[in-house]
Amino acid sequence: MSWSTSLGGHSYSFADLRELLAKATPLRSGDVLAGVAAASAAERVAAQTVLADLPLSHFLDEAVVPYEDDDVTRLIMDTHDAAAFRPVRSLTVGGFRDWLLSWEADDTALAALAPGLTPEMVAAVSKLMRVGDLVAVARKTRVVTGLRTTIGLEGRLATRLQPNHPTDDAVGITASLVDGLLHGAGDAVVGINPATDRPSTVRALLDLIDDARLRLAAPIQSCVLTHVTTTLELLEQGAPVDLVFQSVAGTQAANRGFGVTLDQLVEAHQAALALDRGTVGSNVTYFETGQGSALSADAHHDVDQQTLEARAYAVCRRFDPLIVNTVVGFIGPEYLYDGKQILRAGLEDHLCGKLLGVPMGVDVCYTNHAEADSDDTDTLLLTLGAAGCGFVITVPGGDDIMLNYQSLSFQDVLQVRQTLGLRPAPEFETWLGSVGLLDDAGRVPQLVPEPIRALMG
Amino acid sequence: MSTDPWETLRAATRARVGLGRAGDGLTTAENLRLAAAHAQARDAVHTALDTDAVVAALGERAGPVVHSQAADRAEYLQRPDLGRRLSPDASLEAGDHDLAVVVADGLSATAVAEHAVGLLDALLPRLEGWTVAPVVVAEQARVALGDEIAVALGARMVLVLIGERPGMSAPDSLGAYLTWEPRHGRVDSERNCVSNIRPPDGLTYDAAAEVLAALMTESFRRQLSGVELKDTGAALPSAAG
Repeated sequence: MSWSTSLGGHSYSFADLRELLAKATPLRSGDVLAGVAAASAAERVAAQTVLADLPLSHFLDEAVVPYEDDDVTRLIMDTHDAAAFRPVRSLTVGGFRDWLLSWEADDTALAALAPGLTPEMVAAVSKLMRVGDLVAVARKTRVVTGLRTTIGLEGRLATRLQPNHPTDDAVGITASLVDGLLHGAGDAVVGINPATDRPSTVRALLDLIDDARLRLAAPIQSCVLTHVTTTLELLEQGAPVDLVFQSVAGTQAANRGFGVTLDQLVEAHQAALALDRGTVGSNVTYFETGQGSALSADAHHDVDQQTLEARAYAVCRRFDPLIVNTVVGFIGPEYLYDGKQILRAGLEDHLCGKLLGVPMGVDVCYTNHAEADSDDTDTLLLTLGAAGCGFVITVPGGDDIMLNYQSLSFQDVLQVRQTLGLRPAPEFETWLGSVGLLDDAGRVPQLVPEPIRALMG
Repeated sequence: MSTDPWETLRAATRARVGLGRAGDGLTTAENLRLAAAHAQARDAVHTALDTDAVVAALGERAGPVVHSQAADRAEYLQRPDLGRRLSPDASLEAGDHDLAVVVADGLSATAVAEHAVGLLDALLPRLEGWTVAPVVVAEQARVALGDEIAVALGARMVLVLIGERPGMSAPDSLGAYLTWEPRHGRVDSERNCVSNIRPPDGLTYDAAAEVLAALMTESFRRQLSGVELKDTGAALPSAAG
């Protein structure tokens, strides 16, 4: 199906849904690099105008990546819940935006709708939203999950504590782990990006975190972010695996680039579920995504990067994740050029994931060759806090010495929790109080409780 | 047992642990330290390479200065494809060489200005008997620009010395990428890399030159480069590509 429209005396035409979505996307460098972006500001608004009039039901008839060629498309189409879709099936994309903003669309209605939405529908509606809309709709969309802590409750903002070290040095990692715990971080996960995928090293890191958890009697879950096949191998050896991790993307070819298939994820998900290590829930997977990953693997099928990112959440959704985060500023300026593009992408990803029923967090971050700095991460953190984001990533001083990029510091999160009145995950909050790391005003005092001092050797 | 529990832990990591707090946030001093580290990294990305100084330091080894198709830094950062293509006005004299050497600004002109010539001083004497083309200096360049340069020069191997993406604690890290039989379309897995060349904190020139000379000699003998040559040298930082 093709569309055309005129704006300001010029006519614009769009050959198919893929082109319409790409040209309606707010400007970002990755779509320019891919050659799919609108050629002018006017063409972009023309595409948005056409998109606003497109019936939502059209997304069930036209795929942006062919059904026959791509298992992500098949997953999306084959698991679509027509009954859940019913409340919005007669709406256009523009009408859907208005409905999402309406008072009728409350947390109950949005949760019931999630299985009836496809990634392309939510990507489309987000392209018609401003930053304020992205925040307002996300705020009333709740996705609650649990393992040893509960993530996603209203009024809470959890953190991943990311104690990376360039040589996986146990003492170095312990230093960052302790520093994070002393700042009340780690309630979403203590998650290490290992420098090597060597199974023995990954096992040692899993044991390190699990040992700390048991010694502190702290409600935390651990994860070493290694390839799913390595985790499967370690599961078979009886390693203490709380969460299966994998990076995923929105096309089969991009997932092949990550060396992962949906079948492998099914197998690892089942193996982790069988360990039954949770106390308050049984969500045992963790995924990372990010706009631009499909293009960087030359697996984008000429689809814009934001639509592909939303498709990655369909993969995540299949495996009942505890947490998912977009690593929004990590990929570099050829995909998201500056603080403005990173801000918008982070809020789009957060909303699209939650509308699909995915427990979203964000790695609020940037690289040194992007046009961004800590003012931009502060702004994104504050808007995500207002938007009810499930969790963010934290590293000592915001400086990840293994991955060489800047994320948030532990102090950034303490500050935003106080500014916006947000609290840690409830189980973790109770533990923090029990060791003296939370006062009556919800603040984290500067002290070293004895159990944590013991970890410091 | 140490009285300061942080003493042992701090010694094991460069991570910024135990920072001073003002209320919930960071103290002024900590914020300024972070700002200074970021400023150094930003300046490394955005400072133009002083090509005259590099050419002067190369002396009689120096060849022409060339430019990629990326017009300026902003375009270079957003269009890596243009940074891999040679500007049509480049003039390179065709010959018959074992090796082409390209000194490229990449993402840190600071790294190139500080370390490229020092590394070559250590490396070239180790390549006894090799015919080496005049050293090309390239602006707004990605690693793959070296392929096109080597083809124009008629070289069987290319070595690209390039500024790596600056980290907060390492704004001046130089990378060295070697490719056997360079041509347009070579992919990262067909190259070998020695990175983090930045004495005194990273690899010294002699240590890097030793590894490179061994890799290059083996590459020449086996007539290949990349993952098949040496597993550990094959992983490339994606941002440098």
